[in-house]
Amino acid sequence: MTNEQIREEVLDILEVIAPDEDLSQLDDAVNFRDQLELDSMDFLDIVMELRKRHRIQIPEDDYVNLASMSSTVEFLEPLLKDVEKV
Amino acid sequence: MYDTIIIGAGMSGLAAGIRLAYYEQRVCILERHTTIGGLNSFYRMRGRDYDVGLHALTNITPKGTKQGPLARLLRQLRMSWDDLQISPQLGSEIVFPGVHLRFSNELELLRTEVGREFPHQRENFDRLINEIVEYDDLDESHQEISARKRLAEILTEPLLVEMLFCPLMFYGSAREHDMDWGQFSIMFRSIFMEGLGRPHAGVRLILKHLVRKFRGLGGELKLRAGVKRLAVEKGCVSRVELENGEVLEGRRILSSAGWCETMRMCDDGAPVSQRSSGRLSFCETIASLDVEPQDLGHRSTITFFNDSEEFAWTKPDVPCDVRSGVVCSPNNFDYGQSLGDGTMRITTLANQDHWNGLDEHDYRLEKLRWYDRITDSAVRFVPDFRSRVVDTDMFTPSTIVRFTGHDNGAVYGSPEKQFDGRTHLDNLFVCGTDQGFVGIVGSILSGISMANQHCLRD
Repeated sequence: MTNEQIREEVLDILEVIAPDEDLSQLDDAVNFRDQLELDSMDFLDIVMELRKRHRIQIPEDDYVNLASMSSTVEFLEPLLKDVEKV
Repeated sequence: MYDTIIIGAGMSGLAAGIRLAYYEQRVCILERHTTIGGLNSFYRMRGRDYDVGLHALTNITPKGTKQGPLARLLRQLRMSWDDLQISPQLGSEIVFPGVHLRFSNELELLRTEVGREFPHQRENFDRLINEIVEYDDLDESHQEISARKRLAEILTEPLLVEMLFCPLMFYGSAREHDMDWGQFSIMFRSIFMEGLGRPHAGVRLILKHLVRKFRGLGGELKLRAGVKRLAVEKGCVSRVELENGEVLEGRRILSSAGWCETMRMCDDGAPVSQRSSGRLSFCETIASLDVEPQDLGHRSTITFFNDSEEFAWTKPDVPCDVRSGVVCSPNNFDYGQSLGDGTMRITTLANQDHWNGLDEHDYRLEKLRWYDRITDSAVRFVPDFRSRVVDTDMFTPSTIVRFTGHDNGAVYGSPEKQFDGRTHLDNLFVCGTDQGFVGIVGSILSGISMANQHCLRD
């Protein structure tokens, strides 16, 4: 997946987790927590959705990397670069 | 080998099952009874539908609300607000001798009412609200402070304190005489600041939705599958033995059977902690009317009543404590369509020892006797509906024991909660009433959070 595809994938996951959110205005540099009112349960869901879709394991210590869109994409890049976008 | 075996197909067990099955675990829910729901269930008798447990859902926030327990629950279960088809209450009341406080899903009404009945407490009441808004339900350190002590510091009118405790205790206090400040704050928010609602079809709609979702995700549900024993080896549950002789294996066990009840299933002989099972149980009468309650002038959704200045929240010495109670009219929600029959349900505290000790003949007689006493007490506070009754039913603490398996028919479980859900065994966890959250939204969240914390991350 390219970084652009990874971003789309994360957006898709956010849409599943928070269907009522308007994601079109998402600022990639700002924390999800601040702009989407996500709580710790939602962050677990991002991790679990990634695992369900792409069989990647993210240890709890790495959850901090999922704070914003840009940090998430950066963190996922090496994990997903060889994975085909479905 | 299952990834997770869940004991109990009530709200918490089903919700936990959905979470785990959604993430592709092999999950099996074991239910002792012939039907799902546990404390919150439903039945059909003589052509009429009845709900058990549910008076109203608490924590009702409007569609589109992003924060709070209901929004969290919907997101976690991938459900939409519309799935629950919730209609808001028309309005409820707390009635004590000579004092009357109405409340609705707008906190402002209760503020106004408190100001009207207790003009000197207006500012104190606002202070209380601020304290409750600021209470952090994820910080467990303040959880066990006495709510009575805390309230006495804020409100200087004891009658108002009693009137606030009455609904909150009836809807969720496992502790006698008092509540933990944490529990008080959570209940205050869920009832007075968020609000009450109900689906037109009642609790069956919620349960059917949950079970359909669970099965749709590949989850397995076994009814008539009571657990006889949890076989323990090396600090773990190794096998689950059912009463029908079947033996199952699971990597983890999540039990909603109650703390003491679950401990007794373990065959390792570890002493069950000193923790006591709860003692608070209910009787509830249900009257079907040939008119809607509103035709008799009764518009209140829930009426909490108490016939003296002090509210006693303790196991009564008599079969039922009819000095106080909760009158619920499921008709009085804003459905936009009629419910058909009128229904009046009245709940009072009950003494489980009395009810459990009766033979069948006496049990039937006592039900008739106390049906009348409970109803006679309630019609002091709501319009007299007795001449319009076309059918009746009643549950007692014995009924609750039969359907939930909880010791003493304790509706809100043990007064001591296991907030982290852990037990002395590495792969056994508890959820549901004895984990800490009560009410329908609370139980569902309990199942979700215990599944998240203990069953998903490996």
